[in-house]
Amino acid sequence: MNHKLEIRNLTKMFSTEEGEMAALEDISIEVTPAEFLCIIGPSGCGKTTLLRMVAGLDHPSSGKIILDGKEVKRPSPDRGMVFQEFSLFPWRTVLKNVEFGLEIKGVGDKARREIAEKYIELVGLQGFENHYPYELSGGMKQRVAIARALATEPAILLMDEPFGSVDAQTRNILQEELLRIWKRTEKTILFVTHSVDEAVYLADRVAVMSSRPGCLVKCLDIDIPRPRKRTSVEVNEFREKLLMLLSLERSKACISV
Amino acid sequence: MKLPTKEKWLWLVPLIAVLLLWEFTAGYVIKNPLMLPRFSAVIFSIYALRNVLIADTLISLLHFGIGLALAFAAAIPLAIGMGWSRNIFKAIDPIIEILRPIPPLAWIPIAMIWFHLTHYAAGFIIFIGAFFPILIDSYTGFRDVPKVLVETGKVLGCISDKKQIKYIAFPYALPSIATGTRVGMGVGWMCVVAAEMFGVSDSGLGYRLFQKFYFLHQMDYVVAYMLVLGLVALCLDRLFRHFVEDKLFKWKKGIVK
Ligand SMILES: Nc1ncnc2c1ncn2[C@@H]1O[C@H](COP(=O)(O)OP(=O)(O)OP(=O)(O)O)[C@@H](O)[C@H]1O
Ligand SMILES: [Mg+2]
Repeated sequence: MNHKLEIRNLTKMFSTEEGEMAALEDISIEVTPAEFLCIIGPSGCGKTTLLRMVAGLDHPSSGKIILDGKEVKRPSPDRGMVFQEFSLFPWRTVLKNVEFGLEIKGVGDKARREIAEKYIELVGLQGFENHYPYELSGGMKQRVAIARALATEPAILLMDEPFGSVDAQTRNILQEELLRIWKRTEKTILFVTHSVDEAVYLADRVAVMSSRPGCLVKCLDIDIPRPRKRTSVEVNEFREKLLMLLSLERSKACISV
Repeated sequence: MKLPTKEKWLWLVPLIAVLLLWEFTAGYVIKNPLMLPRFSAVIFSIYALRNVLIADTLISLLHFGIGLALAFAAAIPLAIGMGWSRNIFKAIDPIIEILRPIPPLAWIPIAMIWFHLTHYAAGFIIFIGAFFPILIDSYTGFRDVPKVLVETGKVLGCISDKKQIKYIAFPYALPSIATGTRVGMGVGWMCVVAAEMFGVSDSGLGYRLFQKFYFLHQMDYVVAYMLVLGLVALCLDRLFRHFVEDKLFKWKKGIVK
């Protein structure tokens, strides 16, 4: 068995005022070590919910999540998470934010600092160690969040539309940096997005989800060699395929509503 | 904050104007020291009373310190409980809301019977005055911790409530605790005077002002003590701001301004 992460028949129900609502239905997916998997789907299809369950922040209604052969029951620093919204601790400097997970673990001052410095450098923020989050731009904040998630050396990195709130150019730069970090650290990455461009540029494989209830429509291998060119013919072909899949889902959803 | 020197001294002009107006009105318009003693007479009284004044100030500060320390020690644990747990809040809030509108001075008879003429009697009234502002602001701080910060903490290894409170809720709530403490200090100082005035004490600024000087209609002494009351409160507030707010809350800048 050579799966890093295995999601088996995962279903999630939320109880709302109108009764039980299925947010996710029967999702099964396997992720191999060091794979870059993008999850794409329309807004509200349950991408965040799926990621939160892998992180251990929510519990599945049924089904299992297995990481490195062990079932996921609760949050743990071996799954790093970068949230959709800004999540830096505003009272901590960049350095202290990145050190946070290590501090909780009980790593000593000096070792902690060394590790944090390493990851701050990795995300290209050297020189900003003593800045507070309010002094950083949106893109820089997300870089800190990535460094913080990496600092505890998690087995897998969960990223929920981390670049959703930065401008297009910064987004491109951050994507390139993420690929560089991914290669350097050989992490397994689950990356949620609703941008087709982003998915095709980043992923080894794209999982397409449909909405209400969210289920897996198709997994698409993106076998374009890296570095990829954003405007190449192959990239465009995949983009078109994905767009088709998504619009198909949308029209289905419209009919069923 | 760096102001140009000209603006820095701006406050002096109206202050001097008011003092001159006071001196002039008292000396040449009212001409009755019982109605309004002259400013110069009041300053002279402060000098004349310097020994007993210092002793009284120290006694009042002792009452203030006892009350504030007790209020802080009682309010903080309660605020953590009420802010962190919905159930504790629901259980305790009605009691708080019944007790809170009772004016601190209404507790004077109880203070006298419980503590007789000790420093604790006055301290108790100050405790009542300072307790509620500290409690209310602090629990609001603990209650409003953003969910994403708590979850970030969980993912980075803060699993127990104790750790979440120590590393996330407490630092987040600190500015609110400070605001509450500052308001509590203000109310507490007003209670010092009132408590001592109404005979919960046989010394202190309020006691001397009301029971001794007013009784003898020595209005220049009365006004001298009033000035000192104001000045001490001003100093306490400035010290607090200097040592707590400016130093501790650099990170808040981005949020407040
Ligand atoms: N705690 C909750 N209680 C009830 N319903 C919820 C809860 N959390 C999410 N939902 C519902 O589950 C569905 C999926 O939400 P989710 O946040 O996972 O969507 P998403 O795919 O991340 O959307 P977006 O792309 O906009 O971030 C939505 O319909 C939402 O209303
Ligand atoms: Mg989402």
